Amino acid sequence: MKKQLLAIAHARSGDKGDTANVGLIATHPKYYPLLVKHVTAARVARHFKGMITGKVERFELPNLHALNFLLHGALDGGGTISLKTDAQGKVFSTALLRMEIEVSR
Amino acid sequence: MTKVVRIAAGQGFWGDWLEAPYRQVTGGPIDYLMMDYLAEVTMSIMQKQKSRDPALGYAKDFIPLMQRILPVLAQRKIKVTANAGGVNPGACAAAVAEAARGLGLQGKLKIGIVTGDNLLDRLDGLLARGHALTNLDTGRPLRDVRDHVLSANAYLGAWPIVDALRQGADIVITGRVTDTGLTLAPLIHSFNWPASAWDLMAAGTVAGHIIECGAQASGGNRLIDWQRVPDLANVGYPIVEGHADGSFEIVKHPGTGGRIDVPGVTEQLVYEMGDPTAYITPDCVADFTTIQLSQVRKDRVRVSGVRGKPATDKLKVSIAYSYGYKAVGTLVYSWPDALAKAEAADRILRQRLKDLKLSFEAIHTEFVGVDATHGPLARKARQADDVPEVQLRIGVRAREQAPVDRFTREIAPLILNGPPSVTGFAGGRPKPEEIVAYWPALIDKQVVKPMVEVVAV
Repeated sequence: MKKQLLAIAHARSGDKGDTANVGLIATHPKYYPLLVKHVTAARVARHFKGMITGKVERFELPNLHALNFLLHGALDGGGTISLKTDAQGKVFSTALLRMEIEVSR
Repeated sequence: MTKVVRIAAGQGFWGDWLEAPYRQVTGGPIDYLMMDYLAEVTMSIMQKQKSRDPALGYAKDFIPLMQRILPVLAQRKIKVTANAGGVNPGACAAAVAEAARGLGLQGKLKIGIVTGDNLLDRLDGLLARGHALTNLDTGRPLRDVRDHVLSANAYLGAWPIVDALRQGADIVITGRVTDTGLTLAPLIHSFNWPASAWDLMAAGTVAGHIIECGAQASGGNRLIDWQRVPDLANVGYPIVEGHADGSFEIVKHPGTGGRIDVPGVTEQLVYEMGDPTAYITPDCVADFTTIQLSQVRKDRVRVSGVRGKPATDKLKVSIAYSYGYKAVGTLVYSWPDALAKAEAADRILRQRLKDLKLSFEAIHTEFVGVDATHGPLARKARQADDVPEVQLRIGVRAREQAPVDRFTREIAPLILNGPPSVTGFAGGRPKPEEIVAYWPALIDKQVVKPMVEVVAV
């Protein structure tokens, strides 16, 4: 069955120049392996297709049951250059939580 | 009894809640008040202010804030670390000293001043000696924009602040130091940690990272379970209770609102994170994958196990330069067909800009209420044609000011010569804004000489 990340994870995002970061945190440790398995860098790059111009990097933090994603070229130049409402990538976090993954019962 | 050092966060950025520092110093026992003022481009704003008036160039509202809390600080022996000094820590310190004397605190306080971060006057010499100050994001050498540079500051770490504290400073005012250094320094000073104790340096750095954004670690801007965070109107800003072994607890004053729990602290830990195994500061390289969190009791989270690696031989330099101009205009369109009207207005406006032969580096359109923050992901998800209203938000950017100026005249005419049911233009035409952009670079640590001065009030 399909599960939206919002149901099993929370997140916070921020910026470094033209790169947005999204920290994705399992709401319960039992969901962390699902995140590791399904929310790959490639999958996240597809999710944000049309919204970012660069690559996606993924880092694992098993101690916090969290993944960290760097979304390069996400902020129209970033900081003061950007014309976007979300120039500092503050809500890329919630955009990632829209993603649906396939979870076996 | 084991010694505990309490470091309270008072400001998470320049413009944060003015009540927070007062509540931190009066709401319960603390040893240090830590206040972070400097975002990436703040220095350039301050540099501009200083060029107009040599007595300015620091966070001006730091002075009335200190005036309010100085008597409490003196009475309770609370020390302050703050990077409110901007590009003029000396002038900031002089203003604080004057305020202290006005309160009858003459001879009762010492102010530490940390400088040496400002590289603006040394830039040409550094470039001539082969320091390229290459942009970390784009790989371009600084020479490309040298003539447009407005400010250049190395990020200093905790050690100059430690020096000031060792010389007896009660209030340490710095220029560009790392946010985390403001918290790490009091820990180093209190426990006499050696510089090569990398795990301890990393632990203090993590402590600083958790509290440097103020209430973002104690219930503010927190996603998980946000509706059940109690009493944010009375939110307690976070406090580090540090121990000699590098472990620490995150707490807040009793009777305050907000919440301190493992999920909330975790959200703050991943904020603005890069590679979690290498969080690089001037003081160490912290490994965030070693952090262990546990809930001790309500509103008390213990942090332990932090490991660190040796500091690098570089410092980060934050350079601000004049990039160009931008302007953003908005109009609101109402039901029926709100989105279709806003889209039509966008098409008409773009056609007019084209017919005027205006050249822009970028034109960016958002439909606020439909796709402004989540882009195509949101468009797919909802029935966008039945929304009650949509704000058309269109921005332009150019290296020259003239096309941006002309753009700002093209919004208002749409009210009468574009699609119907338009409102929300009471603010007048948009103002062109100069873009001061950020240029991150690295420099050899050895060429930056931090300076510390401690003066009696």
